Amino acid sequence: MSIKIALAGNPNSGKTTLFNALTGANQFVGNWPGVTVEKKEGRLKGHSDVTIVDLPGVYSLSPYTLEEVVARNFLLGETPDVILNIIDGTNLERNLYLTTQLMELGIPMLLAVNMMDIVEKNGDSMDLKKLSSAIGCPVFAVSALKGRGIKQAAEKAVSLAGTAAPKPPAFSAQTETYLSVIKERLQGHVPPQQFRFYAVKLFERDDKLTGNLPNVSDIITKAEEKTKEDAESIITNERYDFITSVLRGTVKKKNRYALSVSDRIDRVVTNRILALPIFAVVMFFVYFLSVTTVGTWATDWANDGLFGDGFSLLGLWVPGIPVLIENALTAMHTADWLQSLILDGIVAGVGAVLGFVPQMLVLFLLLAILEACGYMARIAFIMDRIFRRFGLSGKSFIPMLIGTGCGVPGVMASRTIENDRDRKMTIMTTTFIPCSAKLPIIALIAGAIFGGAWWVAPSAYFVGIAAIVISGIILKKTRMFSGDPAPFVMELPAYHIPTVSNVLRSMWERGWSFIKKAGTIILLSTIFIWFTSNFGFTEDGFGMVDDLSDGLLSMIGRGFAWLFAPLGWGDWKSAVAAITGLVAKENVVGTFGILYGFAEVAEDGSEIWQSLAAAYSAPAAYSFLVFNLLCAPCFAAMGAIRREMNSARWTWFALGYQTVFAYLTALCINQFGSLFLYGSFGFGTVAAILVLAGGIYLLCRPYRQSQTLHTPRSVQRI
Amino acid sequence: MKTLKDIQCGQTARVVKLEGAGAVRRRIMDMGITRGTQVMVRKVAPLGDPIEISVRGYSLSIRKNDAALIEVE
Repeated sequence: MSIKIALAGNPNSGKTTLFNALTGANQFVGNWPGVTVEKKEGRLKGHSDVTIVDLPGVYSLSPYTLEEVVARNFLLGETPDVILNIIDGTNLERNLYLTTQLMELGIPMLLAVNMMDIVEKNGDSMDLKKLSSAIGCPVFAVSALKGRGIKQAAEKAVSLAGTAAPKPPAFSAQTETYLSVIKERLQGHVPPQQFRFYAVKLFERDDKLTGNLPNVSDIITKAEEKTKEDAESIITNERYDFITSVLRGTVKKKNRYALSVSDRIDRVVTNRILALPIFAVVMFFVYFLSVTTVGTWATDWANDGLFGDGFSLLGLWVPGIPVLIENALTAMHTADWLQSLILDGIVAGVGAVLGFVPQMLVLFLLLAILEACGYMARIAFIMDRIFRRFGLSGKSFIPMLIGTGCGVPGVMASRTIENDRDRKMTIMTTTFIPCSAKLPIIALIAGAIFGGAWWVAPSAYFVGIAAIVISGIILKKTRMFSGDPAPFVMELPAYHIPTVSNVLRSMWERGWSFIKKAGTIILLSTIFIWFTSNFGFTEDGFGMVDDLSDGLLSMIGRGFAWLFAPLGWGDWKSAVAAITGLVAKENVVGTFGILYGFAEVAEDGSEIWQSLAAAYSAPAAYSFLVFNLLCAPCFAAMGAIRREMNSARWTWFALGYQTVFAYLTALCINQFGSLFLYGSFGFGTVAAILVLAGGIYLLCRPYRQSQTLHTPRSVQRI
Repeated sequence: MKTLKDIQCGQTARVVKLEGAGAVRRRIMDMGITRGTQVMVRKVAPLGDPIEISVRGYSLSIRKNDAALIEVE
């Protein structure tokens, strides 16, 4: 007989660590509320017929957050055999609140009280036997981290399958009367063991209940008039009253407001004066290690060494993979096109994917440490004031900071943001920040058109930040984003010393998910670009071409160059350069070089400055720069966006939004620039004025946060 | 009417009533801020918002706007 055990508990209760210990499965544990958004399953060690389902960490089964709705739908719809409820012993009172709700589901349950060692260290004491008899289900003391007590708890959970469910928490006599009237009306509507849950939820006016349920508004009104409180408060108060009665005589606390170690750390770390300097130092180290030093060494080694000419190892020259493959292919006398496909298409594509991995692992390692130790929650606390104004989370700071180095790890860093809306918004706007690959484009335009003016580079960053702020404000007011309520009532978990295995596991899982999910997109698009730049129609018919300007890509570029005419750069060379920029932004410079007849150009393209200066007006050049900074990022970053959005629809929406936003911004720059500099007025100017007016409207229209959660159809119950 | 927003750092107050509606209100209650609960304001974030409070033995971060929904005495 197969048994299904649901692992339920608050965020930061050690649930994921327990899950890992029970199943041995690879999964990350963090210190950030809500890190487990996905449903995870594993087989209980030593019991091949016992499945453990790791539910999202939730504080309640209310209808207001996605995690909560996911958790309760599973508990109601798939009715696991047993609930293993993990409780943080240092925070019994609030943790038991979820327990009171789980007790109403009619499913056998047991409590695993975690972190008992810390409870004892604090000088508090807890009588688990009394707790067990008060709650009415077995209670075990465990240490998820040290693996203590886990086996016994698991064995007990297995043996509970098929036994009686605990009695629901007893509320006051008056409330129980109301609930029993509702229960009578529920006869025949829901399974009898779920009467209690549905009765309470109906009483609370829960808007996520579906199906043909009786109307109980008369009972609710009666209760609310009598108590002068609303139904939701009545139930919440009942639950906490029940908990207080359970804890009386069970727990002895030394001092309620005594400063713990964690509090003492926080006195310094989130101190009014020191918090920002400390934050700046921490961010400096994250950036320094993952972008400037270790990250760059790793990336350079991967790109120029392993996937380049080669590298030197202890004085020995190790040739790069492309060199080895080229030698092998030449030795086998393979055809030129095949050699080119393998080397410039496939190997270069794989290299493009794997080249990011070492840097990403460094970043993920640092993020895992920040999450696991508890500092990530403090970042949100410190930065919330700034970021929430444009619909982002305080934690959006890290993706954007990393994004100045490279957008790919920047987008991947958004994983640490637990709120769905904030995360999506961060993913969509992170690549607006100029990454290091966009610097050559800035240098090219600054040198060729603006005589190397000092203000061009800072203005590019300013444009990036402005794009984030404007997009944030516009997007948060759209229907797609304003739909979700995002209360920022966040637990500041106690600091923990992160464990090596959890941190490494997190690093590896995220790195691997990048290779798996983002890799395919990067590889396929690299091959596509290789094909379209190396094949084309010439006088001899379709075939391989030597010159990029004969290739399919140039044909495509010529095909829609007119689209960019209102932006001031309607020539096909600019269009082709912008397309090759999708492979990697620095390619824009090289492509210009080739199209203007140079085999190779310097990084800032100084050879072609004159030709560009002749082809571009100042507004057109700046418009070209802005378009390339803001439009859809390189394929690698697109892959990262796809990975993090976890939805094709949202990926296309993000890329579409970025490109349209870039187009309209560039349009305004060129049109208004031409108007003010040359006095030219035309159809384009009118369009730009309309765009500006529309933008101002979108920025200024009122914003109202929704009060109910709009769940995707996949989450709604049958 | 005094709300949690008006409480100084280091001061303790008792919750009387919760205003507001929907998700924010429910979240505040779910996190243990209910009628009669003792709440201590621990600190204000460096930029002036949110605040950190101590409730039922743990630390919670809450925005001043939301704290204004919590009537205290």
